[in-house]
Amino acid sequence: MTTVVSPAAKVRVQQRKWALIRLASPIVLLALWQLGSAVGLIPQDVLPAPSLIAQAGVELIQNGQLVEALRVSGVRVVEGLLLGGLLGVALGTAVGLSRWLEATVDPPMQMVRALPHLGLIPLFILWFGIGELPKVLLVALGVSFPLYLNSFSAIRQVDPKLFETAQVLGFSFWQRFRTIIVPSAAPQVLVGLRQSLAIAWLTLIVAEQINADSGIGFLINNARDFLRIDIIIFGLIVYALLGISTDAIVRALERRALRYRS
Amino acid sequence: MTVTSERQLTMAAELRHVDKWYGERKVLDDVSLTVGKGEVVALIGRSGSGKSTVLRVLSGLSADHTGERSVSGAPALAFQEPRLFPWRDVRTNVGYGLTRIQLPKSEVRARADRALADVELADRADAWPLTLSGGQAQRVSLARALVAEPELLLLDEPFGALDALTRLSMRALLLDLWREHGFGVLLVTHDVDEAVALADRVLVLEEGRVVHTLVVDDARRPLSDPSANTERYRAELLERLGVQL
Repeated sequence: MTTVVSPAAKVRVQQRKWALIRLASPIVLLALWQLGSAVGLIPQDVLPAPSLIAQAGVELIQNGQLVEALRVSGVRVVEGLLLGGLLGVALGTAVGLSRWLEATVDPPMQMVRALPHLGLIPLFILWFGIGELPKVLLVALGVSFPLYLNSFSAIRQVDPKLFETAQVLGFSFWQRFRTIIVPSAAPQVLVGLRQSLAIAWLTLIVAEQINADSGIGFLINNARDFLRIDIIIFGLIVYALLGISTDAIVRALERRALRYRS
Repeated sequence: MTVTSERQLTMAAELRHVDKWYGERKVLDDVSLTVGKGEVVALIGRSGSGKSTVLRVLSGLSADHTGERSVSGAPALAFQEPRLFPWRDVRTNVGYGLTRIQLPKSEVRARADRALADVELADRADAWPLTLSGGQAQRVSLARALVAEPELLLLDEPFGALDALTRLSMRALLLDLWREHGFGVLLVTHDVDEAVALADRVLVLEEGRVVHTLVVDDARRPLSDPSANTERYRAELLERLGVQL
């Protein structure tokens, strides 16, 4: 006796199979890592077992160090992102709207953009010391360019026919800005924001390696002095999770900004 | 004929001796025309004859012309494409037609809904413009143009991008709205049949000059009416446009 399966059901079963395999792959890898550690194949002073890394995480959560480090690093990123982001969007918008500003502001912006911003760390230490200011400014500098470039090009791509329509309808400048420029530019500015967030976390990691007495980078550096490889790896995982979750937030914003296309 | 002359006592729009240059090229050459209140005037011509420029001058989009322009109230303009704001729902788009009039939000909403009901789209008020068909979007554009109850409606080949069947129902809809609200219409088109079917008068534009005026005596008579002179008007216009049959 044979069971009759419809083609659609067959496709669904196939899709579920591949989804399961994709999910299983990292879990199997993790299990192999744990097994290799248990039988002594992986030396624990080089790469600790996943269970030990998880324990290190629990330890940091329980003694409050993780929360404190997250708060400090979070404030640095948020401040840098706000400062650099607002500057980048404001300059990109202004340059996009005015030929005059494009001719005067864009060339120096492109020149500064050519400098690798992480290479400025020695200069920033000399200028601003080793406190919070150079870290925030470095994040701000890295963040501002993707948002500047994307805002600039987003504004140049707004459909001129919509401006003509706005003229016929009698829109004020403010109405044109709100009703045409912002919604039309939003998707591309959000792409810029995603690039900026990636740069913000990367900049923070580098800046926190060099001189910090608090934050996630400090946690990692401190762990190095005590040979706590488990804490170092846990810290790296925290950085990765922060990057993924902020990216997910911006993607959700993108979907909202584009919901009219559905 | 008395009806026509009565209408022309009060103008919805008038151009007198208008010249316009684009750089070295003269695009309008001594154009004079009138649109009476409640009159439908069609402006017909080949591509590049200056039809759209006449509309741009009348709507106030092009200011740098010589001669006189007078328009009663703020003219409404509907383009060949609907030109809706895709990120605002249909009702909000129609409400933008009231930008020049300061009204409370609830009143804007109520008037937008009424205008949408006029074009038989009351049920799509909350929809996104991109979910509409071409004809529906053009009806929304018409509702946006008419929501402020203008005395002059300027139409720039408004049905040109629609399929033949939709175009016919849009013409009927336009005439219904026109009978109800009595605005003057200047319709720019390159479709001779459309001009004859809708207009009281048809102006033929050639190289920026009005070269011929056709008065349609039995304007808007149904095509099925055997006494309609449709064929004669059609032949006259095509000849003026230089089309050999």
